[in-house]
Amino acid sequence: MRLGDIAQETYSSLTVNKVRSGLTILGIVIGIGSVIAMVSIGQGAQSSIESNIRSIGSNLLIVSPGAQRGPGVQVSAGRGSAQTLTRGDADAIANEVTGIQAVAPEISRRYQVTARGTNTNTQVIGTVPDYPAVRNVEVEEGGFIADQHLRSAAKVAILGPTTRDDLFGTSTTAIGQNIRINKVDFMVIGITKSKGGTGFLNQDDIVFIPLTTAQRFLSGDEYVTSVNVQTESADVMSTVQADITTLLLERHNIKDTTLADFNILNQADIVATAASVTGTFTLLLGAIAGISLLVGGIGIMNMMLTTVTERTREIGLRKAIGAKRRDISTQFLAESVMLTFLGGLFGIGLGWALAWLVSRFGGLTTTISLQSIALAVGVSAAIGIVFGWYPARRAARLNPIDALRYE
Amino acid sequence: MIECHHITKTYVHGDVQTTALKDVSFTIRDGEFIAIMGPSGSGKSTLMHILGCLDTPTSGDYILDGHKVSELSDDALADIRHEKIGFVFQSFNLLPRATVLRNVALPLVYAGAPPDEREKRAAGALRASGMPEDRWHHLSNQLSGGQMQRVAIARALVNDPSMVLADEPTGNLDTKTGEIVLGTFQELNRSGKHTIVLITHELYVAEHADRIIHIQDGEVLEDKKNPRKIIVQNHAI
Repeated sequence: MRLGDIAQETYSSLTVNKVRSGLTILGIVIGIGSVIAMVSIGQGAQSSIESNIRSIGSNLLIVSPGAQRGPGVQVSAGRGSAQTLTRGDADAIANEVTGIQAVAPEISRRYQVTARGTNTNTQVIGTVPDYPAVRNVEVEEGGFIADQHLRSAAKVAILGPTTRDDLFGTSTTAIGQNIRINKVDFMVIGITKSKGGTGFLNQDDIVFIPLTTAQRFLSGDEYVTSVNVQTESADVMSTVQADITTLLLERHNIKDTTLADFNILNQADIVATAASVTGTFTLLLGAIAGISLLVGGIGIMNMMLTTVTERTREIGLRKAIGAKRRDISTQFLAESVMLTFLGGLFGIGLGWALAWLVSRFGGLTTTISLQSIALAVGVSAAIGIVFGWYPARRAARLNPIDALRYE
Repeated sequence: MIECHHITKTYVHGDVQTTALKDVSFTIRDGEFIAIMGPSGSGKSTLMHILGCLDTPTSGDYILDGHKVSELSDDALADIRHEKIGFVFQSFNLLPRATVLRNVALPLVYAGAPPDEREKRAAGALRASGMPEDRWHHLSNQLSGGQMQRVAIARALVNDPSMVLADEPTGNLDTKTGEIVLGTFQELNRSGKHTIVLITHELYVAEHADRIIHIQDGEVLEDKKNPRKIIVQNHAI
């Protein structure tokens, strides 16, 4: 049989009962469409979470104070939030642990910040010149905190772009102007580049000041909120983490590691955890959508079995005039593959539309990868073959005599 | 040349054995017009299936144009069917949603012939069966019974088979139309190219053939020349 004849037979038999063919195709459309949409939502969530985590820096360890723990009972050992880390700890880490690129301690607290007639409540971070390198901050205009600012506890400030807009608007130049934090005047010397993020994750709504200035004029004590440590490479992160633990336990005179008054967050762990969570999430969504695809496939099989029964006499006739088994099975397989192929095609459209709607109104950037489209087309064709195979075989094996007699 | 040597066909349904044909032997020469006649249950349908290579005998030999057909595979039988045999059925068995031309060309589709050759040969077969040309592009379910059977005859002829097997071809037609269809067979037979085997239970229909084989209870009762052949004079539709 020629390809053109197969196409003609397929077309004419699928158009005989358009409603039935359409409904069967719809099953596949929904299946493929939901697989594509769900996988793209999952992948979108994964990439947005990962890029958020990566934007805080690379090869990063964050040492933060933790509550002291007694055996069995958790005892809060600080005033409000625990304060156990000092700038001395940060210096000791920088000097005594090997494999470290840079160390940047920080004090962060929210303050009401005012400028001429405007004010905003924002995160104020007191830190050191190494901070931009460690935490992936880039300066757009002006400069960042310099060593001399730190030594002299200079009252200078670098604003995030959101804070700049809140205080000065977009039209005027902020650099050289004064702002007031907690009744202390600071001069704006720089603006950072936007890092994106919204709501709680807005990394642009921020003010940087020298660490010494923050300690002297704002907090009034020696403690730091956290110490950011950048290691030389990803390979040494766990070694460095262990070394810092040992060093700080020693400095804080703690013998039992379970009683440590600090925590070390490893960025690689966060990324891995997030990736595994979003991966599972994607798999779950895909699996649920896959079930609807399976149901669609069963719909195809059901329709093909009905068709074979309805056309028993026709099959008998075709065999009587010289059709071989292969001709008959090819014809029925072509029909089921055509059904799933059309379903796959429209399904990609539906999935794409759903993903677009989620991006547009759901606030999540979805990505449709070429992979998931190729997978969908492959899977739909495979469904056509798998679920069409049994009915086609049944048709091909019909005995022509019985088939011709069939009423 | 069709040779049947001691053909026996036995069906087994569970424990029950039914013998449909017992030791049937006869020979049909090329170009003969022969009728196989018998009441229902006589085994004539089974014989037709074997002659049409739709089935193989349990024992005995069936030799078609020198090919021993018994013991061939399904697909090999399919090849013989489209090379040597044209079928005409009682209920026409046309594809309802296809045009007359498409129906006639269908055997050539399975033979793998190119489209323009199919069209040419289908047109030739339709002319030979006396189908008016203005109906060639009609869908087959828009035709009358007599016209449908002409299309079926054209389909049987399109492969230029050595044998046309007609199974009760007049069974679904009124007497007048049936007569016309039988006339068409006689016309085809007169050209000398086709052996025609007519299977029927009616003596009147059988009497349009040159020779009648009487089958009863699976055995050949009588095999003789038809002394009173009815010749259809005008087979126009």
